[in-house]
Amino acid sequence: MSQQTAEHKSEWPLWEVFIRSKAGLDHKHAGSLHAADAQMAIENARDVYTRRMEGVSIWVVESKYIHTSDPDESASMYEPANDKIYRHPTFYNLPDELKHM
Amino acid sequence: MIESNQLVNKATSQLSYTLQIADNALIMGHRLSEWCGHGPILEQDIALTNIALDHLGQARSLYQYAAEQFNALPAAEKEKFFVSPALQSIIATGKAMDEDDMAYLRDGWDFRNVLLVEQPNKDWAYTVVRSLCYDAFNFFFYTALQKSNDETLAAIAEKSLKEVTYHLRWSSEWAIRLGDGTEESNKRIKEAVTDRWQYTGELYTMNATDKAMQEAGIGTNLDDIKAKWQERINAVMSEAGLDIPSTGWMQHGGKEGRHTEHLGYILAELQFMQRAYPNMEW
Repeated sequence: MSQQTAEHKSEWPLWEVFIRSKAGLDHKHAGSLHAADAQMAIENARDVYTRRMEGVSIWVVESKYIHTSDPDESASMYEPANDKIYRHPTFYNLPDELKHM
Repeated sequence: MIESNQLVNKATSQLSYTLQIADNALIMGHRLSEWCGHGPILEQDIALTNIALDHLGQARSLYQYAAEQFNALPAAEKEKFFVSPALQSIIATGKAMDEDDMAYLRDGWDFRNVLLVEQPNKDWAYTVVRSLCYDAFNFFFYTALQKSNDETLAAIAEKSLKEVTYHLRWSSEWAIRLGDGTEESNKRIKEAVTDRWQYTGELYTMNATDKAMQEAGIGTNLDDIKAKWQERINAVMSEAGLDIPSTGWMQHGGKEGRHTEHLGYILAELQFMQRAYPNMEW
């Protein structure tokens, strides 16, 4: 166990990588990697995730700063929205004069 | 007659010059490719493999150009140019030379790379120091070569410079990380700098080919490159907290085909398939 801890300590922290593609407007999650600091994380991301011209911009964030919703709470979090289809704007009649909607 | 002799001399110098640049790229690329599957961490394994492929790509463009130049030489000059028996037998058949012949069928005497690039990887620190010294040279060399009268070399330089800029950034950062890192990393990079320094002088020392090509407006002035190289290396070393070794004896010979024993082992591995199974393709 102590060996495991020592091994873990010598590992570089994990980073999440977000890439914006040439045609894309937003950065999308591409994967994760190890790096000693932010600068190395961006360079590693360049080498690991943009080798096939996938991107023109990179964001990295240390994985420990990402907070996620609890999967055990998904029933109370997301299911109440299931039967509230009136929240979609499809129930309104648009006047004929309105174009491009 | 004198005029045509001068033209032939210029053509053979230009070919030697192209091969000097190409051989540096091939041997450096091969050395870095040896890290593939052995990198200290997956991400750096991929980084080094990418860089190795950049060098290999540059070598291909340069060998294609070298083959084209060789095929245009007068027959008598072709016979004199290479020592390697495998190339001599191609020349005897009258077949045109191509990029693969240049890489796979030349023996060590016909290779013109500097001694620095053939030195073994040894460990991460040695690899980083070799890359730093070579990348800093390559960066200023290709920057200057963009202005060459030789349009093909100028175009290759322009395309390669983007890659080399990243190589130099990679090796500079690692030199700083190791020098300014732990006691162990500092000790190792110090040793690597002390050991490898003797191979750096050859990068910027002009031989007859370099001089002839500079006079012809094709090559670059390596004295200018030397000053820029030293300035850049000084800056990186001082940020890394490393001392520049006091310049002692510098090793030479690679550009003239006199190599350290390491090149033979590289070529044995690099050329094995083509030598054992001639003309095989895959």
